Amino acid sequence: MIDLILQLAPAWAEAHAPALIIVLPLLAGPISAFLPGSGRIAWIMTMVVTALCTLLSIILLAQVRSVEGGAVISYAMGGWAPPYGIEFRIDALNVLVLMLVSFIAFLTSIFGWPTIRAEINEEKRAMFFGAFQVCFMGLLGVAATGDAFNLFVFLELSSIATYVLVALGSGRDRRALPAAINYLLMGTIGASFYVVGVGFLYAATGTLNMADLAIQLQDTSGNRAVQVGFAFILVGLGLKAAMFPLHQWLPNAYTYSPSFVTAFLAATATKVAIYALVRFLFSVFSLEFIFEGASLALILTPMGIAAMLACSFQAIFQTDVRRTLAYSSVAQVGYMLLGISLGTAAGVSAGMFHLVNHALMKGALFMAVAGVVLTYQGTRIHDFAGLGRSAPWTMTAFAIAALSLIGVPLTAGFQSKFALVSALLASGWWWAALIVVFSSVLAVVYMGRILQAVFFKPPNNPQKRQKEAPMLLLGPLWVLALANLWIGINGNFVVGLANDAAQALFIGGVR
Amino acid sequence: MKTDHHVILRVVAKPLIPIISLFALYVHFHGDYSPGGGFQAGVIIAVAVILYSLIFGITPAMKAVPPWFARSLSALGFIIFGAVGVWALMMGGNYLDYDALFNEEPGGHYGQHYGILFVELGVLFAVAGSMLSIFYAFAGRVTEIKDEDW
Repeated sequence: MIDLILQLAPAWAEAHAPALIIVLPLLAGPISAFLPGSGRIAWIMTMVVTALCTLLSIILLAQVRSVEGGAVISYAMGGWAPPYGIEFRIDALNVLVLMLVSFIAFLTSIFGWPTIRAEINEEKRAMFFGAFQVCFMGLLGVAATGDAFNLFVFLELSSIATYVLVALGSGRDRRALPAAINYLLMGTIGASFYVVGVGFLYAATGTLNMADLAIQLQDTSGNRAVQVGFAFILVGLGLKAAMFPLHQWLPNAYTYSPSFVTAFLAATATKVAIYALVRFLFSVFSLEFIFEGASLALILTPMGIAAMLACSFQAIFQTDVRRTLAYSSVAQVGYMLLGISLGTAAGVSAGMFHLVNHALMKGALFMAVAGVVLTYQGTRIHDFAGLGRSAPWTMTAFAIAALSLIGVPLTAGFQSKFALVSALLASGWWWAALIVVFSSVLAVVYMGRILQAVFFKPPNNPQKRQKEAPMLLLGPLWVLALANLWIGINGNFVVGLANDAAQALFIGGVR
Repeated sequence: MKTDHHVILRVVAKPLIPIISLFALYVHFHGDYSPGGGFQAGVIIAVAVILYSLIFGITPAMKAVPPWFARSLSALGFIIFGAVGVWALMMGGNYLDYDALFNEEPGGHYGQHYGILFVELGVLFAVAGSMLSIFYAFAGRVTEIKDEDW
């Protein structure tokens, strides 16, 4: 399989894939913002670009996996050799993120057209797709780059485009505007914390390249500037990743942005920030630093557990389906942080595995909600009553993803929660394993409320004519739902990727 | 008596505006020898238009440099920057590798020189366009201040 991909791919694509995967959406974004018409051409262009990026990420994956244990691809931007120039560095960890982001972007852009036609003004559609591609490019850039400051630039590019995308939900609900400005303020604070942290590291080491930073930092464990830099980076990236007390921007942003944007962001944005956090925790810094071990045990673990409990409870008391799912997203981030904070290869692998699965299930859930918004114009649980009978295809996919979110056997969510619990038990954290199980029970409650309304309550308005979401929406939705089942039954492929990612951090990696 | 209080402002500002624009180009093209470059030049060009709109009002300014033009300018700048990189890719170098632009012998520096100028030109367009778009977005919201309100 790997040989086949490498044979089929043209030589230029193989040599320049790390740059091309960024350059394609970078150039297509501004071009599609000026395409004429009602936005249909811009949509087709978005689909083509995201499809090409998915192909490029598959080529990168094949290249990384062509060597036993995972190769590291280094690409010198502008021909300036690292550590002086900006380096794009692809290893087993970020190729997984690149593939996830571009695949989800491809699926969401296919399903996007009907919902965007319903929710965005005609003259803004082309600009909308332009902003979406810039956001997509920024997320890929964060994942691909090997330069700490360059990561900040891409993080801001994607965030600024995201604020625009969230604000465009104001056509449907004016509350999108305060949600966007709130997200803007919080996101900017997070980004400035990150850049201050990078500034401290630069002051202490004189380098910005992550691989070089890792080497320079080895004998500076007592340095206060390094410790302060670490703290700033942890908080900054934690804010972007919606780590528990810093998640306040997320529920409103997910609730009021256009359905298309919610489906894309929920599956990618926080995931990329978590990747960046993992990159800093385990390959720029390392567990040999005493302050890092303390911050894992005293900050990440309690915050992860608090998110799992508090936000699951909050999700139970929501009346809006999108808000329930948004709080559940914060809770799921808690699972990932708990896995990461174990500080073992098994824990990080479980965290990454759950990251991929959560992207697949939340993507499917928000796509199904987008279908309901399109046909029934409502997102309250009350509006979902009886939809199991009138829109069986949409709601069956929704139910599969919901079961996966709960962690029912034979679904992806079960596999990754099982991996997480095994990793916890292997480290002797049986109490944390119990909390994971308890939090899953809470998930049964909040998803159960929705599923009960969908399948067991009589419909609100039986006269409603349009029943099922359009085919364009059902296709990607079912791809994601079936991916959840496939990983649940035979997850070896994704488990292999997640294990390689963790191995890259702990054995080979940047060092 | 005429009620035009701003005649001196107008007389002084009018010849200044082309000089400001020219200075922007100087800052851009001299950027590799002295402080400056595309970003600063873009800001200065935007300043020329903003000065015009402060003196003569936002409506004439929007007529001279329409908002759609400002938006297109920023996107065009983005595209120029990216396209220089693609040009380097086509010539067989890495992305944005200026040395590859003209297929020079080793030791030639035309590529580095012109490459950075083109890229900075893209930055100039993008910055000028974005600054103007932001200014228009804010200034376009309030009603014009009448002469009597001064």
